[in-house]
Amino acid sequence: MIDGFVALYVFMLAAFVGNEIISKVPVVLHTPLMSGSNFIHGIVLVGAMVALGHADTQLEKVFGFIAVFLGAGNAAGGYVVTERMLEMFKSKKKDKKAEGEK
Amino acid sequence: MGGFFSMSLLIKVSYFVAAVLFIVGLRRMSAPATARGGIVWAGVGMVIATLATFGTDGMHNQVLIISALASATVLAWISGKKVAMTDMPQMVALYNGMGGGSAAFIGAMELFKAANTAHSMSPVATTLALVGVFIGGISLSGSLIAFGKLQGLIDKRYTFPGQNIFNALFAIAVIAAGVYTYMHMETMNIWIFFGGALVLGILMTMPIGGADMPVVISLYNAFTGLAVSFEGYVLQNEAMIIAGMLVGAAGTLLTQLMAKAMNRSLGNVLFGSMGGGESASGGEQGEMKEVEGADAAIMMAYSERVIIVPGYGLAVAQAQHKLWELTQMLTNNGVDVKFAIHPVAGRMPGHMNVLLAEAGVPYDMIEDMEDINPQFNQADVALVIGANDVVNPAARDDPGSSIYGMPILEVDNSKNVIVIKRGRGTGFAGIQNGLFFKDNTKMLFGDAQEAVSELIQGMKEL
Repeated sequence: MIDGFVALYVFMLAAFVGNEIISKVPVVLHTPLMSGSNFIHGIVLVGAMVALGHADTQLEKVFGFIAVFLGAGNAAGGYVVTERMLEMFKSKKKDKKAEGEK
Repeated sequence: MGGFFSMSLLIKVSYFVAAVLFIVGLRRMSAPATARGGIVWAGVGMVIATLATFGTDGMHNQVLIISALASATVLAWISGKKVAMTDMPQMVALYNGMGGGSAAFIGAMELFKAANTAHSMSPVATTLALVGVFIGGISLSGSLIAFGKLQGLIDKRYTFPGQNIFNALFAIAVIAAGVYTYMHMETMNIWIFFGGALVLGILMTMPIGGADMPVVISLYNAFTGLAVSFEGYVLQNEAMIIAGMLVGAAGTLLTQLMAKAMNRSLGNVLFGSMGGGESASGGEQGEMKEVEGADAAIMMAYSERVIIVPGYGLAVAQAQHKLWELTQMLTNNGVDVKFAIHPVAGRMPGHMNVLLAEAGVPYDMIEDMEDINPQFNQADVALVIGANDVVNPAARDDPGSSIYGMPILEVDNSKNVIVIKRGRGTGFAGIQNGLFFKDNTKMLFGDAQEAVSELIQGMKEL
């Protein structure tokens, strides 16, 4: 169980990690990074699966189905789009080497 | 719970591994050299967490779960593969809205359970479920409006007098409905609260102009992260709590960075609806001077230095490949060509870099705003393609303009400016541009793709 102050600590630490990771990102990566973080909150899918897996009434099942559908769309779409954007950074082999020399 | 090596332990371990992979992935994505691997790390985490979840205690409705999961994955995968690079921003908005919606629906479900069964929720869980429904709902409907605007389905900004006050009152009413629902947990109240949050998302997003959309999408991205984290607490799901909060924090900072790149505060974006209305800078205009493609090509071919300023118009016309062809011809002619990228060129920060990279433009030809601005006064020609607001001198000179203070590319310092533009209208922000009327500015009207083809043709005929 994550409860009370333990939850608060987890929230706080995760927030600092998220903040810290982004703080030095170059402008070039803003869009791919937004897309990448968009993919990561696709983890909502697992919650939706658990919720639908325990749904009993008709209403709960409908809501659960929608939740799983939306969550899976977030995860799958977010991954493909981010991957395609970051693919663009591959073609600059020279550039990568130049950075390696630094 | 079973023995030590129980299924539930395996799930916990999987979620832990997924959380670590998400953090590593996000970290790698924030540096150009490692960015590509980053998404793969995070993707592996997602697959592990999803597979493990099937083993959760007491799961039923497996057929429903698998059909929802499979159909959405296929649809999103195909749409994500097929979408043009130029339309990426609205797809991010769409997928983000889906995530926010998912969190909101989970929250509503848990609240329905609390309302209709003996299943009890702690006060903290109830509160976070409600907050998750609220911000998840806003993120869902708001992102859909953002998608519609960028996709061109909604082409107007809807404003009316007293809008901010109306929206504020509406927001307070929805929050009040949330408090009421907390005290009287009934199905109908949950419906009203959820519906109110959805309407609020629409109201908040409708008045915001397209130029500010990236900031808004980024904000809703952070919202979705928070909603996911809160619903994760409700479900006691560690992976959701950590990943959601990670995105919530990273997204908030990213939103601020983007707003800063556009020299706009977040409050200004959300409540200071810009563009249209005021046209104080519409005064001293005069005539636009047109130029033929062939003449423009000659001007550029005999230049020493040319700086190309690509904007969204280039992206819309998919002209980046043609532009690269033109660039190579100029370079072969001994012209020194540079690309100047405004931080918010395209639809989002960094979007234009992605598009040029796609066309094969090498990195060392592309310069940031700070580096290129001092070079404009040595340039013979500045070629502006489908960019407008980011080269508008009013942002520098006219305190009355609504974009005053936004950093611009100072193309008007170069000896000649050639502007490729579709028509005579104003730009995305709806502001008149004095650059087009300056003596050293020549206008080449036409779709970016056609205009660049004309230039290439002109070069060939030299």
